[in-house]
Amino acid sequence: MTRTWQTADVGAVEELARGMRCDIVEMLAEAGSGHPGGSLSAADIVAVLYGAVLRHDPARPDDPDRDRFVLSKGHAAPVLYAALARTGYFGRDHLKTLRKLGSMLQGHPDSTKTPGVEISTGSLGQGLAVSNGMALALRRDGRTGPTVFCLLGDGELQEGEVWEAAMFAPHHGLTNVVAIVDHNGLQIDGACSEVMCLGDIAQKFRAFGWDAVECDGHDVPGLLETLGTARERAEAAGRPAAVVCHTVKGKGVSFMEGNADWHGKAPNREEAAAALAELRCSEEVAK
Amino acid sequence: MSEKRATREAYGPTLVELVREGFDVVVVEADLSKSTTTAKFAAAYPDRFFNTGVAEQNMIGTAAGLAAAGKVAFTGSFAVFATGRAYDQIRNTVCYSKLDVKIAPTHAGITVGPDGGSHQMLEDIALMRVLPGMRVLVPADANAAASAIRLAASTPGPFYVRLGRAAVPVLYPDGVEVAVGKATVLREGTDVTIAACGVMVAEALAAADALAHDGISAEVIDVFSIKPLDEETLLASALKTGAVVTAEEHSVIGGLGSAVAELLSERAPARMRRVGVRDSFGTSGEPAELMAHYGLTSEHIADAARGLVRGE
Repeated sequence: MTRTWQTADVGAVEELARGMRCDIVEMLAEAGSGHPGGSLSAADIVAVLYGAVLRHDPARPDDPDRDRFVLSKGHAAPVLYAALARTGYFGRDHLKTLRKLGSMLQGHPDSTKTPGVEISTGSLGQGLAVSNGMALALRRDGRTGPTVFCLLGDGELQEGEVWEAAMFAPHHGLTNVVAIVDHNGLQIDGACSEVMCLGDIAQKFRAFGWDAVECDGHDVPGLLETLGTARERAEAAGRPAAVVCHTVKGKGVSFMEGNADWHGKAPNREEAAAALAELRCSEEVAK
Repeated sequence: MSEKRATREAYGPTLVELVREGFDVVVVEADLSKSTTTAKFAAAYPDRFFNTGVAEQNMIGTAAGLAAAGKVAFTGSFAVFATGRAYDQIRNTVCYSKLDVKIAPTHAGITVGPDGGSHQMLEDIALMRVLPGMRVLVPADANAAASAIRLAASTPGPFYVRLGRAAVPVLYPDGVEVAVGKATVLREGTDVTIAACGVMVAEALAAADALAHDGISAEVIDVFSIKPLDEETLLASALKTGAVVTAEEHSVIGGLGSAVAELLSERAPARMRRVGVRDSFGTSGEPAELMAHYGLTSEHIADAARGLVRGE
């Protein structure tokens, strides 16, 4: 398991992201409920992680030396399931069972049911503390290689526990944690700036002692560089790394983009067909 | 029975022993290490001890991450904060993910004393008991507490171990081994069953002495494991006596009394009285004063038992 971001085929990662967006639309339409907006906004970030940055082996999901990915914004479960299916943790035929009785793909991630899901999430604000705990354990065990990547939503940052955890990581010198914020600017009730303004997120992380950078959350080459070097930046700075990714909610489906109404509403069949056409989902995703 | 020790005194030292015996124990504390005695663990194993500061949700979350990565993670703080303040973290991250997080806060119940109602946790058993997969242990003395902590470390999955601040009589020998799902019949009797937990076990034994003077034969059961409940022992006793008093340093709603009532009402209906705090917050005072004020003494237990035996 070596990090491959330096040699990653940008086109292949972009195709992975496109394929994941197709999966997201299809599985949500089939499920009839769920969260497309925040799944689509995170698709490029998660594709870059699973396609090129994470050191992981889908055949050995319990490998103690794997990098960890914690989806703190658990309602974006479809983007995680799409990544896990497309990288070989389980067959893509499972995706159509999302949210159905007996499915291993629960409405929000359940680590007791789904291979590759590191921790159950869904109640917001808890993933960064869990990531810190994993990072502490890895360090204690002398496993210096693995990095714990935690993806948070921006609305989620309104939860106080996030900042308890943000205080904790630098204090304990956790340079093996990377906090990634999917900053799409929208939450269920509307714009974050109107519901509860988050201010300058990167500055907030810096004030808490993190090495924080910002980037375009849909620019795959930029994400490869920024996420691929996050651990190295953290080690150099002696502080944990935060990456604030500027994204568009619903990215890739024009009628969902920038619209908070698509936070937690599944597309109907017509809407899904339009979305799939826009994403050119009938075209085979290049391997 | 003259020796007295607080159940919390067992916490830090037992955790130290567990590491020496090879358990991969870590502790996450929220700024109360001196009070909870996890400071003793921190002194012995500073690299296994992590302080979150005054942040109980983060304490539970960090422990969850440590457990997810293979550690046996114990947590600190007081019962009121470790359960109520971090309830969602315990539910959605620890229990839902079935992690080896062992929540063993101290300062449970009314015997916290002068700090008053804000710090006297009387609802923790209820909160923890309803969580799927959570085991709830309430040791009666410091030796049983040491055993409870060992059980929590050696048994997979989430645990809640309720520890107290006040010194209580030592009832069990050093090295006693208790078991998950097992109650202990401390005294056999035929007229009335007294099922007690925690500090109320010593009160129940004193009540049984008083009742014996009145010619009433009381069976005293230490319900160390509230969940899973030792149904067999409780049912057998209830069928024998037909009258059951429960006694707990906790609200009568949702705790031991409720657990026993749920069991008996379905399987072996018996007349019951629940001794406990009656839907109320605590207040400042010395522990002994508070036990009397809230009706948690051996006399209250004996009165309840007499009432049942007389058919009142």
